[in-house]
Amino acid sequence: MPHRLVVVGASLAGLRAVEGARSAGYQGEISLVGEELWAPYDRTSLAKAYLTEQNAEMVTLISDRELRDDLGVDLHLGERAQGLDLAARDVVTDRTRIRYDALVIATGATPRQLPGTEGLRGVSTLRTLDDARDVRTAMDAGARVIIIGAGFIGSEVASAAHKRGLSVTLIEAMPTPLSRSVGPAVGEMLTDLHREAGTAVRLGVGVEQVLHANGQVTGVRLADGSVVEADLVVAGLGVTPATGWLGAAVDLHRDGGIVCDASLATSVPGIWAAGDVAHAPQALFDGELMRLEHWTNAAEQGSLAGRNAVSRQEPELLDSVPYFWSDWYGHRVQFVGTPGADEVLLVGPPGPGAIALYRRGNRVVGALTVDRQRVVMKLRRRIADAGDWDEAVTFARELDVLAVTR
Amino acid sequence: MKIAADVDTCQGLGMCEAMAPDFFEVGEDGYVDVLDAAPAEEHRKHVMAAVAACPVSALRLAG
Ligand SMILES: Cc1cc2nc3c(=O)[nH]c(=O)nc-3n(C[C@H](O)[C@H](O)[C@H](O)COP(=O)(O)OP(=O)(O)OC[C@H]3O[C@@H](n4cnc5c(N)ncnc54)[C@H](O)[C@@H]3O)c2cc1C
Ligand code: SF4
Repeated sequence: MPHRLVVVGASLAGLRAVEGARSAGYQGEISLVGEELWAPYDRTSLAKAYLTEQNAEMVTLISDRELRDDLGVDLHLGERAQGLDLAARDVVTDRTRIRYDALVIATGATPRQLPGTEGLRGVSTLRTLDDARDVRTAMDAGARVIIIGAGFIGSEVASAAHKRGLSVTLIEAMPTPLSRSVGPAVGEMLTDLHREAGTAVRLGVGVEQVLHANGQVTGVRLADGSVVEADLVVAGLGVTPATGWLGAAVDLHRDGGIVCDASLATSVPGIWAAGDVAHAPQALFDGELMRLEHWTNAAEQGSLAGRNAVSRQEPELLDSVPYFWSDWYGHRVQFVGTPGADEVLLVGPPGPGAIALYRRGNRVVGALTVDRQRVVMKLRRRIADAGDWDEAVTFARELDVLAVTR
Repeated sequence: MKIAADVDTCQGLGMCEAMAPDFFEVGEDGYVDVLDAAPAEEHRKHVMAAVAACPVSALRLAG
């Protein structure tokens, strides 16, 4: 077993890596390096309860004390890794050098900024607790809200603003939101959740200019010349893997993520990666390389990378079905599997209660549900077993009939 | 080994069901139902994985 494990990135995947190593019986030293000041907390609540509930606190995953005392972690919070010295096996931070025998990289991803808005008040992304505080403060003050980018996070922010009774406009450059993550037909169906709630949706129109006065945003001008006024502009433009600090130390994918094998090993022996930062082959989907930005993926990969990093045995391989959820206007959207499909079939009527199935060849490879908490994990099992398409459709149809006749 | 579920905390995300479908199921109301609250020792690994997977720590294992 290695003598010292270093984990860079103190969020979900990093925490699970530490826990995974300890649960595998590893008793050596563990150093955890994280740029943020806080012990790992739950990002998913930042776009949900944190924005909508009075006095909501951040949801911590663990305390500093538990990390130190229960998990025996040498904690480096508020400290940024700046590079790797592969020859010396050192992580170089902005404060010190930390030697590693095994290293897990879990630095996640950073949101894309709206170009030309640096330093402007009232413009924010939503990734960190600091971002969420800014957004919430503006919402508390009754801001008129524009969200640029109708992805899952942008949609959750729109839903939160709507719940607070704020004026909100959702702007998306693509004609159909979420095409890449769920396919165009389902993206269209989900967009109707915004429309039905009364949120203004502007699709297929880009932002030409962010307008401001005295350092404070006042609105945006769109490509069609129209102007939407706002006090708060939230950019939901997606994220890029946080790998700039690595230089060329490990092999990177063209999107900047770290290329891993099925055990989450990187191109350099002794270095592993996990979570939003990592590309890994999905055995279930013909070994396709995927970089997922999902809570459960970060949790499962973190744990696996931590175990493998300290193990002397054959490494364990990834084996799970991608899964994420998102909450809009009181509706629970859930997705399992992959959207890369030959056909997407909507079973039953669109909207709340909908089930969409994704087919590749004669297999079911994905499913999206709205307000179907009871069935989604059953569909997940079919996907995990490379289930037959016709059987999955029959199963979903029967559920749909049940729901209608009850 | 006994499973305790805090239904007030549960958000119905179904991770427990994904990990150990014989012991957990998300019910019609959108919250977790524990199907067998006192699993035999041989299932410990699965049940522990399910408890650990819950994003909101709504599940506890005693004994
Ligand atoms: C607002 C929001 C809502 C979400 N909602 C959902 C949801 O409903 N369902 C779902 O499945 N997923 C959701 N997600 C996605 C989920 O939160 C992420 O997949 C998960 O946080 C990824 O964890 P991670 O540990 O891989 O990366 P991150 O959480 O990004 O953590 C990486 C950490 O590494 C640190 N770091 C980066 N670079 C360095 C460096 N050089 N040195 C030191 N530290 C560094 C960062 O500061 C950060 O703390 C949401 C995400 C956001 C932002
Ligand atoms: S994993 Fe937790 S939140 Fe999800 S259904 Fe199970 S108990 Fe509830």
